[in-house]
Amino acid sequence: MQNKIAITGMGIVSALGQTVEATKNALTQSKSGISALQNIESIHKGVLQVGEINLTNKALTELLKLHDNNFTRTALLGALAATEAFKNADLASENKKRIGLISATTVGGMDRTERYFKTFESQPEKQKYISSHHAGDSTHKIAEALEIKGFTTTISTACSSSANAIMLGARMLVAGKVDQVLVGGTDALSKFTINGFNSLLLLSDSYCKPFDAARDGLNLGEASAYLVLERAEDVKDKPILAYLSGFANANDAHHQTASSENGEGAFLAMQKALQKAGLQPSQIDYINAHGTATPNNDLSESVALQRIFGDAVPDFSSTKPFTGHTLAAAGAVEAVFSVLALQENLVFPNLHFETKMPETQLTPVTKLKKKELNHVLSNSFGFGGNCSTLLFSKK
Amino acid sequence: MKPVYIHSAVAISAQDSFNLEVEFARLSRSVKKVPAIHPIYRDFISPSSLRRMAPVVKMGVAAAKKALQQAELTAPDAIITGSGMGCMEDTEKFLNTLIANNESFLTPTAFIQSTHNTVGAQIALDLKCKGYNTTYVHGSLSFESALLDSQMLIQEEAISVLVGGVDELGTEFVDYVLMLEAKKDNPMQIPFSEGAAFFVLSSEKKKSSVQLIDIQTTTIISEENIIPAVKEFLKSNGLEPSDIDAVFTGNRGDAFDNYYKKIESDLFSEIESVHFKEFSGEYYTASAFGMWMAYQLIANQTSLDRFQTKKSFENVLIYNQENGKNHSFVLLSKC
Repeated sequence: MQNKIAITGMGIVSALGQTVEATKNALTQSKSGISALQNIESIHKGVLQVGEINLTNKALTELLKLHDNNFTRTALLGALAATEAFKNADLASENKKRIGLISATTVGGMDRTERYFKTFESQPEKQKYISSHHAGDSTHKIAEALEIKGFTTTISTACSSSANAIMLGARMLVAGKVDQVLVGGTDALSKFTINGFNSLLLLSDSYCKPFDAARDGLNLGEASAYLVLERAEDVKDKPILAYLSGFANANDAHHQTASSENGEGAFLAMQKALQKAGLQPSQIDYINAHGTATPNNDLSESVALQRIFGDAVPDFSSTKPFTGHTLAAAGAVEAVFSVLALQENLVFPNLHFETKMPETQLTPVTKLKKKELNHVLSNSFGFGGNCSTLLFSKK
Repeated sequence: MKPVYIHSAVAISAQDSFNLEVEFARLSRSVKKVPAIHPIYRDFISPSSLRRMAPVVKMGVAAAKKALQQAELTAPDAIITGSGMGCMEDTEKFLNTLIANNESFLTPTAFIQSTHNTVGAQIALDLKCKGYNTTYVHGSLSFESALLDSQMLIQEEAISVLVGGVDELGTEFVDYVLMLEAKKDNPMQIPFSEGAAFFVLSSEKKKSSVQLIDIQTTTIISEENIIPAVKEFLKSNGLEPSDIDAVFTGNRGDAFDNYYKKIESDLFSEIESVHFKEFSGEYYTASAFGMWMAYQLIANQTSLDRFQTKKSFENVLIYNQENGKNHSFVLLSKC
């Protein structure tokens, strides 16, 4: 790569907690954040297992010190994690016109829209949520809260969205269009997505079991995570947490929602990312897999892993049993996990795994594992065949 | 910087822009919503696919495929889409069923097609295109974000990029937006509409006659600073305001038209200015239609509303903003 891309800040809020520190503690204690749905008035309340954030909108509003506002839950979560990343990288002293923000979301303001859709006309006090529906709204609110005045945009490629935001941030730095860039994603749980995935029969009745022969679907989650990227040569007086050493985006071009049998899109994304980073497959120490625990994804991804790594598939795990599948935020959440893995020299476990799937005979790491890590690969795939791979390196 | 050539431009809009057989006319100011003039989609999409597709997908896939045909290209290296509202019709359909049935007896089709990347995904699926594929959903800068990514990709590695903007009216949410608009002191004077505009960009010149010189997006510019901002953008491309032969602006007849009026009177009073939303109506990716109009002017050296004040159109600026925010400048030149 022309420029080395340094990661100088991180922020995260998920079912594991409100900060990077809380997240690290939960991961190292193998403590899952999955529990029965509580905060949404839904027929699935108390039944469906989800990765819900244990903060009401009111609590989030207070944490962010907001007064009269039209923040959706997506925007509230986004602002909280973005603020942590912004502070972590000490961006307050930088030129705000040269700081960019690239955020990702799938639901946008749906958490409010679905509540007030039929009463927008009769309840004037809810009309403020009409303009907060579209996907760019949460990004604007985060930029405004942090006074970011550089290039700002929003990406939505289903469950690979924030991986693409991270990738675009790196490319904007290389192109010299920004000096620092906040990249990541935010998605709140909504009845819309819960029922959408439910109608597709993609939800597990209990805890999701990625890569298990008996996996029966995913747990949804809500989260927001952001990283701060800078050109490494420009970073003078702050710690570099890790480097983004490679990235790639490919399309499976197979089906609107299902992954191909040979995992072509995933294979191409991993192959291109390795090439971009100038790394051999044998140099990868840990793979944070997409691993949603749907029968289709995990088989397709396993086949793709074997196509890239042959008989020597490195230590891998899906961390979705910790957080649930956080959709647009997943790529950034798992980017934070990948950096934590490098910093702590830890492979996080693939919870709930019991039996190898017969087709590929792959076994993920099931217990927290300490080992020297230098390069971590993270996969994010989405509806529409969107496949993205990110590579993180210690040096 | 490698030059970026535009090999083709195709638009579906409230005008008969797909066929270009009828002269354009300004949309009536007395209507609130104007649907697109839809082409015969079966020339581009199989009947079995067509049945499932909402207007946003049909418009996107048909405009994209015709743009590829015009560029004599079977598959691009990348597909980059912008959509401000995404797939509103299927979103509304799934949401309404969910509410009406209290979360029970739901079928997944509308949900599957409600994700913002549906158009980009359907194009990739149709073309079996496994290259770079992404979708921008940043309000009125959705198309511009896609365009900027395309420009960067051509600098990095790509030879050809299919890029477009697309939005549909939908059936319900748009009425709530209109309700809010009507409450304003100075509401917009043009109807809401829908459309798709797709372009093939390339690092190779071939037969193209139009070049994408530059694109810039800025969230905040004050009214006082719009003149220096335009000048600076032009200067960074080695141009003065006097080098511009036509300007396309996103006027909607509301209070924020002051931005456009300022640059028209202070910088571009001698040249033709086209208020492209008077032809396309308003939607988040209407600026893609604006760029399509600008492309036609340079490529054909004659404008669609038959204005003719200059003999030659070399450099054309497209400027759009949304309620005084989310400003975009796009510069096209003859090559």
